[in-house]
Amino acid sequence: MSSSATIVRLPDQSTARIPKLNYLSKENGILSWLLTGDHKRIAILYLISITFFFFIGGALAGLIRLELLTPQSDLMATDTYNKVFTMHGIIMIFFFLVPSVPATLGNFFIPMMLGAKDLALPKVNLLSWYLYMGAGILALYTMMTGGVDTGWTFTTPLSTHYVNTNVLTTGLAVFIAGFSSIFTGLNFIVTIHKMRAPGMTWFRMPLFVWAHYAASILMVLGTPVLAIAIVLVALERTIGIGVFDPTKGGDPLLFQHLFWFYSHPAVYIMILPGMGVISEVISTFSRKRVFGYTAVAFSSVAIAVFGFFVWAHHMFIMGISNYSTLVFSLLTMLVAVPSAIKIFNWTFTLYKGSITFETPMLYAFGFMGLFTIGGMTGVFLGTSGTDIHLTETYFIVAHFHFVMVGGMLMAFLAGIHFWWPKMTGRMYPEKISQLAAVVTFIGFNLTFFPQFILGTLGMPRRYASYPPEFQILNVFSTAGASILGVGYLLPVLYLTWSLKYGEIAGNNPWQATGLEWQTQSPPLTENFTEMPIMDHEAYDYEWLENQQALQKEAEVTSAG
Amino acid sequence: MSHISPVIWQFLVKWLTNSALFPPEASRLAPQMDALLFFLILVSLIGLTIVVLLVVSFSILYSKKRHPVAVQVEGSTLLEATWTIIPLGLFLVMFVWGALIYFRVFTPPANAMNIYVVGKQWMWKAEHPGGQHEINSLHVPMGKAVQLTLISQDVFHSFSIPAFRVKREAIPGRYTTVWFEATVPGTYHLFCTQYCGTNHSQMIGDVVVMTPEDYRKWLAESTSGMSLAQNGERLFASLSCAACHNARPDARGPSLANVYGSKLTLSNGGAVTADDAYLREAILNPSQHVTQGYAPIMPTYQGQISEEGVIALLEYIKNLNSDYRVQQTLTTTDLLPESEGKAAPAAQKSAGQGPATQGKVKP
Repeated sequence: MSSSATIVRLPDQSTARIPKLNYLSKENGILSWLLTGDHKRIAILYLISITFFFFIGGALAGLIRLELLTPQSDLMATDTYNKVFTMHGIIMIFFFLVPSVPATLGNFFIPMMLGAKDLALPKVNLLSWYLYMGAGILALYTMMTGGVDTGWTFTTPLSTHYVNTNVLTTGLAVFIAGFSSIFTGLNFIVTIHKMRAPGMTWFRMPLFVWAHYAASILMVLGTPVLAIAIVLVALERTIGIGVFDPTKGGDPLLFQHLFWFYSHPAVYIMILPGMGVISEVISTFSRKRVFGYTAVAFSSVAIAVFGFFVWAHHMFIMGISNYSTLVFSLLTMLVAVPSAIKIFNWTFTLYKGSITFETPMLYAFGFMGLFTIGGMTGVFLGTSGTDIHLTETYFIVAHFHFVMVGGMLMAFLAGIHFWWPKMTGRMYPEKISQLAAVVTFIGFNLTFFPQFILGTLGMPRRYASYPPEFQILNVFSTAGASILGVGYLLPVLYLTWSLKYGEIAGNNPWQATGLEWQTQSPPLTENFTEMPIMDHEAYDYEWLENQQALQKEAEVTSAG
Repeated sequence: MSHISPVIWQFLVKWLTNSALFPPEASRLAPQMDALLFFLILVSLIGLTIVVLLVVSFSILYSKKRHPVAVQVEGSTLLEATWTIIPLGLFLVMFVWGALIYFRVFTPPANAMNIYVVGKQWMWKAEHPGGQHEINSLHVPMGKAVQLTLISQDVFHSFSIPAFRVKREAIPGRYTTVWFEATVPGTYHLFCTQYCGTNHSQMIGDVVVMTPEDYRKWLAESTSGMSLAQNGERLFASLSCAACHNARPDARGPSLANVYGSKLTLSNGGAVTADDAYLREAILNPSQHVTQGYAPIMPTYQGQISEEGVIALLEYIKNLNSDYRVQQTLTTTDLLPESEGKAAPAAQKSAGQGPATQGKVKP
């Protein structure tokens, strides 16, 4: 029955209305938000706050691109430029990318997908938002009062002995944000283990949950190492304990080992939840079970496990022994394989599907293309020989922006559009959002593709001024960044508009199979009126059709 | 508005005429590195094309209009094995190929001529064995293996020459090495690629590759009158090192003749090879490195000698080693100015007395 109609099955507009009782309308007043234990409300708090930090980070990125429009350092002093790119990195990584999908979409939908009423530890969930906000405000405060210019990597001995900017307060902000991330990860792990509805076995969970499970393990095991590294930097800077100081017998490389032991897994913390979103979106809009469900689920876990053993590939030219390079290069190649598996499995999910091209699907296609480029160029850097030439140049900048912005941000936007009807009860305007997706894709490529060429030509990263022959490609990049900026502003505008004027969405506008779609939109505070029972596999579209046929019958008989 | 379009036009013309995708290939290694890069680009393009083609054709073939009812397919072990094993095989090829190049870059040949480079906020200082100093520039002969021994006086820096496809971190408190053999005369970029503070982007310079004749001329013109080892000898005297390290029977410190490269037994029972790193540590932090049979009486020189000073001392100590002198002579004979023909720099007063031309920065 659903096969002949279009996917979007909005309820009849004349009779449609938002359910009176839902998690948004249940309580009113600012305190009902600030003291809430509801995972959905906390997700909304997170959504608002990370959007705020994203635009601050984005404005800083705009300043960087403006400065690089000309070869000379003329828009701002080099010190200012150094502070700007440092704060851009810190805000985007610790205050946007790490919490982006997990803290918003994961927070909102993991309990619903599992058929649970809430996360296992609602108060810890709220605490993690307060820690995040505290850390974020502290970071902004340090930015206002002089900033920090160590680069987001806090490399010693630059950060411990040579800069006199706000290293300690910024470090404290990152330290606190780390605990927010640990609490979120812990909460997810406990919830996934303990709160699954009857019948929800591990291999009936949506891949979104699998991806978050893998990312949560990384958060819980990796983040403490970052905390340790930051504490050591602080102690070295204040009382000179000499762990990293070669004149006291310390080893400056040790810091990088500690830092990257977290920060490499951190890129998987950032990308895995995005991959989870893509699995949901591609399955829904091609109306097919994800091709090779088990392979995709285990590839997330494989990425998490291998991800812990590749950190030294950031240090191939830094005087680690040639043989460690050999080992870490090999392990890096192994971690690339599960990513390749995912890409091909998503592609073959389309095979014999019945595909429609709503906005989330367009973003998901964008993700697949850009992530393929980002992943392949990662292999250029994991190959020890070519790493010598390409590392520390714009090639690496382009690479991680393809993965983080092209991959993660596309996935985040795909997810936001996909679940917007569920979160708000209203549809976003389809045409303009499709346009925004296309604009983002074009702007993104124009911004970051030239940077691959710049890097191959040898332009170093973190340069406020550069030799004039690199200008042309930089102009392309800056032009692209302005298009990209438009692509990011549009969703804010029309999504806000849709809160009031969007069409009523109904329970399941996409005809998706996840448990979160089998309840009202916006959901009740308790998520479900009765405990759901999972009696089918994930992504079982035939079950969904039967279910709806049954419902229709029931309506007809009760009306008759 | 009329002025905008010529600007754009000029811009495009400039771009098209300068649209190099690779920097110039100016070292023996560069073509090898580029071959691997081309292979990587090729594999990526093929991979990307496959993904895009599949996505586009599936999107057309199985769009809702053409294919209203989805057919559920569980997966396929064969297909999944295919796209696990083929990428894995390709990645392993890249790994081996890359490792071969990596080992080549960081394993200098025995006959390479050595130049010391000290990185500091925010300049590169090169110290040639003949006593030539340069700031933010590096002159090297064509067709000769050159080894750089890098160290940083403060924070991490990174010495990058894109045209040679080499890059190496200069680390505080530790020597690192890299080598290259330049093949094409010319002037190339030298960058610091590791973020090092305020003027990171001004820590740049030129690498000048010269024909052997030009290089010989440059050496003669740029000498400061004293070789690096002679500088070291003077420093050795002024720091009163000879009060103990004087090779007399009753000396309080071990003789330094022929110590470089030898195996030493320490007072704590450990055995070490007296290489650059050990000698540096033994000067700066002697109490940890006392040779067996001697009392730990040497004061620390931490903070009293600059990295350049340590390098000069090292070069002096190395030159007390007759094998090293012979090796140096063999390596550099054809490059030294006529007057210094077969000089073991420490053993002989230099003849060239030109003024010191430090830091010749090219326009």
